[in-house]
Amino acid sequence: MGKRIGMEVAIASAEAAALCRFDVAAVYPITPQSHVAEHLSDIVADGRVDASFITVESEHSALSSAMGASATGARVVTATSSQGLLFMGEVMPIASAMRLPIVMIIANRAVSGPINIWNDHSDIMPMRDTGWISFFADNGQEVVDMVIQAFKVGEDRRVMLPVNVNLDGFQLTHVVEPIVMPDQEEVDRFLPPYEPFATLHPDKVVTMGALGMPEFYAEAQKAKNVAIVNSIDVVREVWKEWEKGFGRKYEPIHAYRTEDADVALVTMGSMGETAEIAVDELRREGVKAGLLKIKLWRPFPFEDLKKAVKGIRVLAVTDRACSFGGPGGPVFSEIRSALYEGAKRPKIVNFLIGLGGRDVHVEDFVAMVRKAAKGKLSEPYEFYGVRG
Amino acid sequence: MNTAMKNIKSIESFELFAPKLATREEYFVGGHRACQGCGEALAIRLMLKALGKDTVITNATGCMEVISSVYPTTAWNVPWIHVAFPNSASVGSGVEAGLTALRRKGKIADRRIKSVAIGGDGGTMDIGFQALSGAMERGHDMLYVCFDNEAYMNTGIQRSSGTPFLASTTTAPAGKVIPGNQVWKKNLAEIIVAHNVPYVATACQSYPIDFMNKVKKARKVKGPSYIHCFVTCPTGWRSPSETCIKLGRLALETGIFPLYEVEDGKYRLTVEVPEKRRPVQDYLKGQGRFRHLTPDQIQVIQERVDIEWETLMIKVKNSRSREELRAPRAK
Amino acid sequence: MTEKKGPETWQEINPGCMVFRPGSASEYHTGSWRAKRPIWDNAKCIKCGVCYIFCPEGCITEDADGFFVANFDYCKGCGICAHECWPKAIAMVNEED
Repeated sequence: MGKRIGMEVAIASAEAAALCRFDVAAVYPITPQSHVAEHLSDIVADGRVDASFITVESEHSALSSAMGASATGARVVTATSSQGLLFMGEVMPIASAMRLPIVMIIANRAVSGPINIWNDHSDIMPMRDTGWISFFADNGQEVVDMVIQAFKVGEDRRVMLPVNVNLDGFQLTHVVEPIVMPDQEEVDRFLPPYEPFATLHPDKVVTMGALGMPEFYAEAQKAKNVAIVNSIDVVREVWKEWEKGFGRKYEPIHAYRTEDADVALVTMGSMGETAEIAVDELRREGVKAGLLKIKLWRPFPFEDLKKAVKGIRVLAVTDRACSFGGPGGPVFSEIRSALYEGAKRPKIVNFLIGLGGRDVHVEDFVAMVRKAAKGKLSEPYEFYGVRG
Repeated sequence: MNTAMKNIKSIESFELFAPKLATREEYFVGGHRACQGCGEALAIRLMLKALGKDTVITNATGCMEVISSVYPTTAWNVPWIHVAFPNSASVGSGVEAGLTALRRKGKIADRRIKSVAIGGDGGTMDIGFQALSGAMERGHDMLYVCFDNEAYMNTGIQRSSGTPFLASTTTAPAGKVIPGNQVWKKNLAEIIVAHNVPYVATACQSYPIDFMNKVKKARKVKGPSYIHCFVTCPTGWRSPSETCIKLGRLALETGIFPLYEVEDGKYRLTVEVPEKRRPVQDYLKGQGRFRHLTPDQIQVIQERVDIEWETLMIKVKNSRSREELRAPRAK
Repeated sequence: MTEKKGPETWQEINPGCMVFRPGSASEYHTGSWRAKRPIWDNAKCIKCGVCYIFCPEGCITEDADGFFVANFDYCKGCGICAHECWPKAIAMVNEED
C-alpha cells in the first residue's frame, strides 16, 4: 500500500504512467500539459522506466508515432490539450478504428478563438465521436488511478481501444494534492505486460490500415461501435477489481446525496468537488439538492444514468463547452437524448460554466440550483455568469 | 526502338545479366491495382527485394497504399501499416521506437528489423514535410523513400512541390494565360542533406540495380537515411505505358534527374551521365504534360537544367565528407 | 475478374480491418485489363532477365529452360518488357478475345 504524499497532479499522472511500465512515450508540449511531457521525459532520462521518449515535432506526429509504436506491440502513452488535441484530430478516429490501446492524458484546455490557455472541456468535446474511451477525473487521486485503469481497460482483448483520461488543465494539473501512489508491485499485479492481438513483425505478417471500400466500411464502423459500447462491461470489471485491490470505488456516475433530491447538479471533472460543497450548503438550508458526477463519458453510461435520475425532479446539467448553433452543451444534449424515451423523466436545464478557465464558486452552484428549481430557464441553455 | 539498343553506353554500369542476381522473392505481388506501366509499383517491388523480409513498411496515403491494400486482400508480403496522409514519417518513427524499445527490453527477438517509411511526392514533400523533417533530425534508425512522380497522382494529377517547371497538372494546368506550373521543382534531396543524415541518395526505377544497391546501403545505416526515387507515371504524364523505363533514362541522360548519393556529406554520382548531355527536348517530347511548350519555354528549361547540373557538379567535385574534415582535427 | 469472396457480416470483419493473408491480392486477376499481350520468341531471347526485372506486376518468371514467360492472370499488357527487351524477342500482340 503506497504512502499518501502531496504531489503536483501533472507529475502524478506521469508517475502513474511510469508505474505501468510504458515502452514508448511520444509527446509534444502544450500548456497546461507540459509538466506531463516534461516529467515523462525525466522518468525516461533517469532510466526509471526502460522506454523510448520521442520528442515529436507536433501533436499530429505525437499520436501518429504513438500509433506506429503501439502497432509493434509497445505499451504507449501520450498527452496533450486543446489545439494539440484538435491537431491530432485527424488521427483520433484512426487510432480507435485500428484498435490500438494507446493511453492519452488530456489536460483539458479551452479551444482557440480567442486563444485561451485555461481550463474548459471544449477540446475533448469535438472528440466524442472518435471512438475513444473517455474517463473524467475529479481530483489527483482519480487521475492516478484512472491512468493505470486506462491501460488495463484498453489492452483487454475484449476492448482493444485507445483511452483518454481527462483532467482539468491548471485546476488539476498545476495543483498539489494528497495522493496515495500505488506500489510498483501492486500495479504489476493489477496490470500484466501487454499482449497485443497483432503486431508489425516479419514472423507473422499483417497488413494494418487497409482500404475500406463501401461494401466493407459500414460493417467496420458497426464493429467498432459494438466494441466501444460493450467495453462498459470491462470498465465495470476493472473498477471492481480496483476497488478490491486498492480500496477506492469508481462508478460511471457517482451520485452524491441524490436519494431524495429534488434538484440535482450534473458535473464532469474537478468542478464536481466545488459542487459537492454547494450541495452540502443547500442541504443545511433545507434544500433537497443533490449531485451527479460523471466519470465515464464514453462509452456513455445509459443504464447508470437512468438509474441515477430516478425520483429527481430537475437536473441542472453543467457544461464546460458549447456546441455552437446546436442544442447547448454536449453533456446536456446527450443526457436529454438518453432520457427522452423514459416514461418519467426529469426536467433538464443547462448552464455553460467555467469557459476559458473562469472560476466557478460555491455560490455559483448554489445560484444554479435555485434557478433550476423553477424547472425551466428563460432560454434553452444559459451562458452562466456572462456579462451583458 | 528502345533506348537500350540505341545507346548501349547509356545503360548503367552493370553486367547485362545482373537482373537475374536479384532475389526471386516477390514481396509485392501481382493483383495490385496500379495502372499499366506504373513506375512506382515497379520501384516498390525492387525496393522490397533489396530490403528483404525483416522490414516493416509504413505507407502514406496515396496510389501505392490504395492499390495494394484493398480490404480483405493485400499485395504486401512484409508487415505493413498505413495510417494517414501526412504521417508516414512519424508513424515510421513510432514503429522504429517501438521495435527498438521492445528489442532492448527482450520482448521481441534480438534481430534487426528495419523501419522503412514510404510516400509519394505529395505525402513527403508537401503534406508530409513536417513529419519527415522531424523524423530525419531526431536520428531514428529509419529509411524514408519518397516515390516522386511529380504530382498528386492518386487524387487526380494535382500540382505538388515536386511538379517540374511548366508541367501541366490539374491544379496548375496549361491554360490560355498561365502555361502550367510556374516555379521550379523543389529539391527535397538537398533539404534532407541539410538535415545531416548519414545517407541521402537519388534513384530511379529505370536503374534497378543502382536503386537496389542504394536501398541495401541505406538499410545498413544505423540512423536516418533518405532515398528520393524518381518514378514514371504514364497516366499523369500522359506518356505511353511502355516508355516507363525509357523516360527515367532520358531524365538522367539530359541531366534533369541525376543519380547520386551523399554519404556523410560527400557527393558522388552513381550513374555516369554522358559528357554531352542530351537536350531536354528529348525527354519532354514523350510526355503529354509538356505538349504545350514553345521552343522559347523549352530553352528556359534547358538553361535552368544546365545550371542545376553545374551546381551539382560543383558539389560532386568539392564536397568532402565530415569524416575527411575531421581527420586533420584529430591530430 | 475473380469472384469476390470477402467477409459478409460486421462480425466477420477483422479487428481494425487487418489483413492476415499476406500477398492475397493475387486473388484479383488484373489480366482482364489487357488490350495487348507479350509473346516471347525464345529463338531471339538471350535470357538476360531484363523483362523480369522491369515488370511492375512481378508476373514474369523464368521457366525450367531459363526462358521467360508472363503470368497472364496478372499481365496488364503495359508493354515495358517488349520495349526494353535487348534483342527484341518480345512482341505485343492484340488480345484475341
